Amino acid sequence: MKSTTGRFSFFAVTSVLGLILGTSLGWASAITPYEFNDPANEARFQALSRELRCTVCQNQSLADSDAPLAQDLRRELYEMIQDGRADMEIRQFMVDRYGEFVLYRPPIASHTLLLWAGPFIMLLIGIAIGLITIKRRRKAL
Amino acid sequence: MIKMLVPFGIFVALVIMLIAGLDTAEERQLVASPLIDKPVPTFELPGLYEPNVQRSNADFVGQPWILNVWGSWCWACRVEHPFVERLGREAGVPLVGFNWKDEREDALEWIDRYGDAWTTHVVDFEGRSAIDLGVYGAPETFLIDHQGIIRHKHIGPIDQTIFNDLMRRIMELRSEAESA
Repeated sequence: MKSTTGRFSFFAVTSVLGLILGTSLGWASAITPYEFNDPANEARFQALSRELRCTVCQNQSLADSDAPLAQDLRRELYEMIQDGRADMEIRQFMVDRYGEFVLYRPPIASHTLLLWAGPFIMLLIGIAIGLITIKRRRKAL
Repeated sequence: MIKMLVPFGIFVALVIMLIAGLDTAEERQLVASPLIDKPVPTFELPGLYEPNVQRSNADFVGQPWILNVWGSWCWACRVEHPFVERLGREAGVPLVGFNWKDEREDALEWIDRYGDAWTTHVVDFEGRSAIDLGVYGAPETFLIDHQGIIRHKHIGPIDQTIFNDLMRRIMELRSEAESA
């Protein structure tokens, strides 16, 4: 009796593991119906589809989404890569049509300066506050 | 005592900022089109009733026109339909239906049921021209001036407020075209 429950829990664990693995692998296979002759191009396709936002399903990338528009944009991406267009050109193609919002990695420009520098400014403020507090406590001792 | 109020003050300021942000939260979800004030991307697409006839953006130059993206699969298009019909009747400019990623039979059936409010249709089955237009959902409505420049874009269904706004803009475009 004891051994059957043991076996049962073993099966339970492996099937749960299988499920987790299956879903994560399923994601990978869902986005690569396209065939590339050059593995470098395939890598570019994967990278670009991950850094471009699917505009209908706003918090997903083109790689994550199965929305019809995301499928169309992946097809467009595939064709541009097969045409030998550069990454920058492809990004510009998307920005020209959908705006900078499509880029998950916004460019460093005057209007995005606060966005990029913000975390560092916050860190500096934090360090300053920390130093001041430490100094004061030392004095109090 | 005053020192203790500082964190509280910061907290209150944050709450006020967050509440103020709620007001514009929906707007921030909309992707502002970079195509405003740019020429309509060139397209050459078949008609809906006449699949053999190709229509291009050049066919509409010379007067303001409206491009309305719709599909029979699009639920919100049904919601805005009464206002699209009013645009067709009252705007006095061509209202071009951009039938997006739809099946022809489904589109024709939809029109049979709800009525054809548009002056004419172009069919983009593959969605390539839609990408050039930066379309990301239906319905979307573009206002284009007599020189073929996109002057305004509305994303989402048209309601009474939007309808009034669109009509005001169309009248402006019409008077611009007349004085040109």
